Amino acid sequence: MNNELIRLLAFLVGIIAFAALNAAYLVWVERKGAAHFQRRIGPKEVGPYGLLQPLADGVKLMTKQLLVPDGVDPILFKIAPIMLLVPAIMSFVTIPFGEHLAARNIDLGLLMIFAFASVNVLGLLLGAWGSANKYAVIAAARVISQNIAYEIPMLLTTIALIMATSTMNLNEIVSQQGGGIWNWNLIRLTWSASPLTPIAFLIFFTTMLAETNRAPFDMAEAESELVAGAFTEYSGMGFGVFFMGEYANIVIGAALTTILFLGGWQSPLPFLPNSVIWFLIKMYAIIFTVVWIRWTYPRTQFYNLLNLSWKILIPFSLANLIVTAGWLKVF
Amino acid sequence: MAYFNEIFTGTKSLFVGLGITIKEFFKPVVTVQYPHETITMSARFRGHIELTRDLDTGGNKCIVCGMCQKACPSGCITVEGEKREGVKGKVLTVYRLDFTKCSLCGMCVESCKPSAIDFSKDYNLAGPSREAYVFDLLKRLEEQR
Ligand code: SF4
Ligand code: SF4
Repeated sequence: MNNELIRLLAFLVGIIAFAALNAAYLVWVERKGAAHFQRRIGPKEVGPYGLLQPLADGVKLMTKQLLVPDGVDPILFKIAPIMLLVPAIMSFVTIPFGEHLAARNIDLGLLMIFAFASVNVLGLLLGAWGSANKYAVIAAARVISQNIAYEIPMLLTTIALIMATSTMNLNEIVSQQGGGIWNWNLIRLTWSASPLTPIAFLIFFTTMLAETNRAPFDMAEAESELVAGAFTEYSGMGFGVFFMGEYANIVIGAALTTILFLGGWQSPLPFLPNSVIWFLIKMYAIIFTVVWIRWTYPRTQFYNLLNLSWKILIPFSLANLIVTAGWLKVF
Repeated sequence: MAYFNEIFTGTKSLFVGLGITIKEFFKPVVTVQYPHETITMSARFRGHIELTRDLDTGGNKCIVCGMCQKACPSGCITVEGEKREGVKGKVLTVYRLDFTKCSLCGMCVESCKPSAIDFSKDYNLAGPSREAYVFDLLKRLEEQR
């Protein structure tokens, strides 16, 4: 066996383990976070600080019967959770965790992540459609229109960023942000980036929340109005896989935000060494913010979500695109 | 202009909201970890009724007048007594409370002249069957001794 193959296998195992571990422990983080935002304690009985809770949940989900209700489309119903999880795991392939720590350094890495990100919405749609359940179908229709609305500003801000970096290679984008916090794309104080990047960051972050179906954009689940939305008919591990996919998507979203705006594995100060630790710190800080936002804002009305995108985010990201283009041309 | 104003105030209010929740995040926990810790009930908490103790004799203060039984709108209370040699008045032999029907109205407590009954502070009331809620208050008083 040659080295390349061993490397790929190691990364495959590593990525799947990383995704699964994150999915499991993000549930814990979410529950603990929710509890403390509401001044409770949260899971605490299973293991120290409730750390074994995800394990117990996993065992519970696995021992539950996988019900396939009458009238569902048996094929769509079964492949939908996998269609949500696989693209998320695929996206990990090109994420540069450290300077040399990426399974594949793909030149079009950013494009690949966006391509796979669009597939996972399809997973939700198929699952909901296959369930033959009215709540699920309503949820799916909402998710699709929401994703269409939010993909546009997301791509527009990303295009503006790519114009400044002139590459889609994620590792390259991170390398350009080296040498301290003032070189990160978020607050870049050089002539090569437009002064609007903080706004671009806000737009990107908002759309990232919407794309990963997180509160206040959690139209996919909307448990107070649509039972469990697209997941209504799922039980046991079918639901578990959906859940893992959702959390894996959050990790991807947070990793992407870290890479594009917060300098990835670059250290914030020039004299500190660059390392994968920085990447993880930034990524988990973003994930914490995502949890924080979830437990701060209620879910807004669906029309307001679309209004936010079409009336505010898209015009602003277009303006950002034009300003960036002009800026790059002039300086 | 109103458009930008709305965006600005809207964004600002979002950050204010985040500020409030993060402050709560670092404040101490307020919930009581129930099975591990309990709080003492306030003085006016109304649990099911119980017989009060006569501090002179150590027994109950009931004179078996039956007023509580009559006063109870739900018929929860059964009182029985008997005459005993050398004791003035009647002696309480049975005081049964059917808590399944009790509405905690307090009519019984109010109607009792010698204050022989009062509300308990007991709220740990889980039980396996309906019958577990027919309390023998006389026995309860003796067990508490
Ligand atoms: S509190 Fe009211 S309902 Fe309960 S036993 Fe006394 S009189 Fe009856
Ligand atoms: S508890 Fe009070 S009201 Fe009831 S029988 Fe005894 S003395 Fe009379």
